[in-house]
Amino acid sequence: MMSTIHVPTMAEMMAQGQTPDILFWVGCSGSFDDRAKKITKALVRILNECKVNFAVLGAEESCTGDPAKRAGNEFTFQMQAMMNIQVLDGYEVKKIVTACPHCFNTLKNEYPELGGKYEVIHHTQLIQELINSGKLSLKDGGVFKGKKITFHDPCYLGRANDVYEAPRVLIEKLDAELVEMKRCKTNGLCCGAGGAQMFKEAEKGNKEVNVERTEDALETHASIIATGCPFCNTMMTDGVKNFNKEHEIQVLDVAELIANAAEL
Amino acid sequence: MIAAIIFSVLLIGGFGWFGVNILKIRSNILLGRDVNRKDKPGERWATMALVALGQKKMFKRPIPAILHLGIYVAFVITQVELIEIIYDGITGSHRAFMASLGGFYTLVISIIEVLSVAALIATIAFLSRRNILKLPRFQKPEMKGFPTFDANLILCMELILVFCIFTMNGADEALYLRGASHASHEAGSFGFAISSWVGPHIFGGMSTETLLVLERIGWWGHWFMVLAFLNYLPYSKHFHILLAFPNTYYSNLEKKGKFTNMEAVTNEVKLMLDPTADPFAAPAPDGGAPQRFGAKDINDLTWKNLMDSYTCTECGRCTASCPANITGKKLSPRKIMMDTRDRMVEYADGKRKNGKDYEDGKSLLFDYITEEEIWACTSCNACVEACPVNIDPLAIIVDLRRYLVMEESKMPTELTGMLTNIENNGAPWQFSPSDRGNWIHED
Repeated sequence: MMSTIHVPTMAEMMAQGQTPDILFWVGCSGSFDDRAKKITKALVRILNECKVNFAVLGAEESCTGDPAKRAGNEFTFQMQAMMNIQVLDGYEVKKIVTACPHCFNTLKNEYPELGGKYEVIHHTQLIQELINSGKLSLKDGGVFKGKKITFHDPCYLGRANDVYEAPRVLIEKLDAELVEMKRCKTNGLCCGAGGAQMFKEAEKGNKEVNVERTEDALETHASIIATGCPFCNTMMTDGVKNFNKEHEIQVLDVAELIANAAEL
Repeated sequence: MIAAIIFSVLLIGGFGWFGVNILKIRSNILLGRDVNRKDKPGERWATMALVALGQKKMFKRPIPAILHLGIYVAFVITQVELIEIIYDGITGSHRAFMASLGGFYTLVISIIEVLSVAALIATIAFLSRRNILKLPRFQKPEMKGFPTFDANLILCMELILVFCIFTMNGADEALYLRGASHASHEAGSFGFAISSWVGPHIFGGMSTETLLVLERIGWWGHWFMVLAFLNYLPYSKHFHILLAFPNTYYSNLEKKGKFTNMEAVTNEVKLMLDPTADPFAAPAPDGGAPQRFGAKDINDLTWKNLMDSYTCTECGRCTASCPANITGKKLSPRKIMMDTRDRMVEYADGKRKNGKDYEDGKSLLFDYITEEEIWACTSCNACVEACPVNIDPLAIIVDLRRYLVMEESKMPTELTGMLTNIENNGAPWQFSPSDRGNWIHED
């Protein structure tokens, strides 16, 4: 039985005269996509367990503008960015965590030039901090002990921002066997969703990118594909279905792995 | 005497023509918009030292890296010999530095010979990779015709150059053994690492007259190849041997995920969001002609994009790592770079010939690069990561997209819907913004 989650909004906190230490930027996928919502909740369970003083924007959050910018529409991107910056600065946000590498990249790298300067971390980095500081402990022999897990590097976390270690450290904390795909880290292969591809049909080719990537994952004979991005999660899940392997290999976000292992 | 004059004319003509072409390339690159790449000199020098000088990114694939290193080091070190060739050529002397340098001379020429053998092996390996093993990345559609010929020609020139070096030194060794070399009239051996050992086997049985001719063929052949090579470079993908250095120096030092901020748009958006702004205010006096949003043609790109295109040696590592290309889509990052260079040369030559106001009615986008290619990109940065000389094809792709979307409103229909959703609902999907927090209370 999962415990009920506690998710204060910035508005509620402000009404009580409180300031959270960190804003959890949920992102469009994490807010609206049924699969991604599970990742969102897994992260919240971890934050609740560690008594992290956080809040979300709730209905005041809006798209960061990432897909607009990648699609070439700088106007829509900057409109979104400036409105978001007004909201964030209104709440005096200093630190942001997000489970979406696209939000992570945009907030971290592209907002500063428009006036929005925040410390932005990916949820795998935050969870690593929580474990390192002893706030979160994983029980020995958790559900993933000895399992083969492979990690799919999200382009916007890895190559775009050089974050390769945090998710891998977490997988190793599970007492699991981390097996790398032939294309990994800097040489990782995209899931096919980046650059606004998530929102359109692929151009004519001879294969879908997520199918090609799923082949890499299946070659490792892992029982779990770990992801760190809601879009990668969708693409890899679809890829696994394409091979009718959904009973043999699971696609789970690193936050879900940790929450499950910690029995949250 | 006549030989010295011919030599000097070739020297001045060859280097002069090369200089003219370098200035032409420089002016072509400067057709691009300005971008500041002069900050952080320390980091820039370090990047250049590691990536260009140290070949750091080549070593992602060890076998071609080692072969390439062989040619690269041989190429650089062999240039030392040019000093003596030029001195001998102008003065009509022969191995002028041998007597004064003594053992050091033997050492330097020996190093050059050993490296030349390494280069010979690498060149043969590279020719086989292209023409016998037919590596997939060298067989892509954009490699048809001149690009393949260009690559093979350069490799053949390298072969000839190495053969000239060994003909020259080998024949001279055979002559020296008979006391007939112009270097010294006593009988002896130069003691060079390769030619003093192989030379007598190949050339030992030939007549002194033949050897004197062969030695000259080797010497002049070497000199002709140097000049031919030098003056072919500006027309060839092989120009990377020079541009790799400035190109890595001027690398993009930002995180790869950070796309450029368009300041012209920022000003517009600020006006839109600022209720007190005067929409009829006169534009800034120093504004100049309004710039295009994004890039349609060469002069909309930055000089760094254009330098990238001249630096590209068409190795295809970008294309081999591109998820779109791997899955059979039309996008090839290498083709983006080749198209950019081809269009730049066409555009610049047109202007030089017909005056600076000349327009040929063509553009990089549409006439060279199709919409289908640029929409296939996932912006994953694999091409940028793969490039051994820090070329950024993604920057060009993004600027072409910006032009299509912001100037022509041309994009796949699903993207129109996605953008409308972001504008109206604050999410790429059609959900109500007020439902954004619903997940908190759902089971």
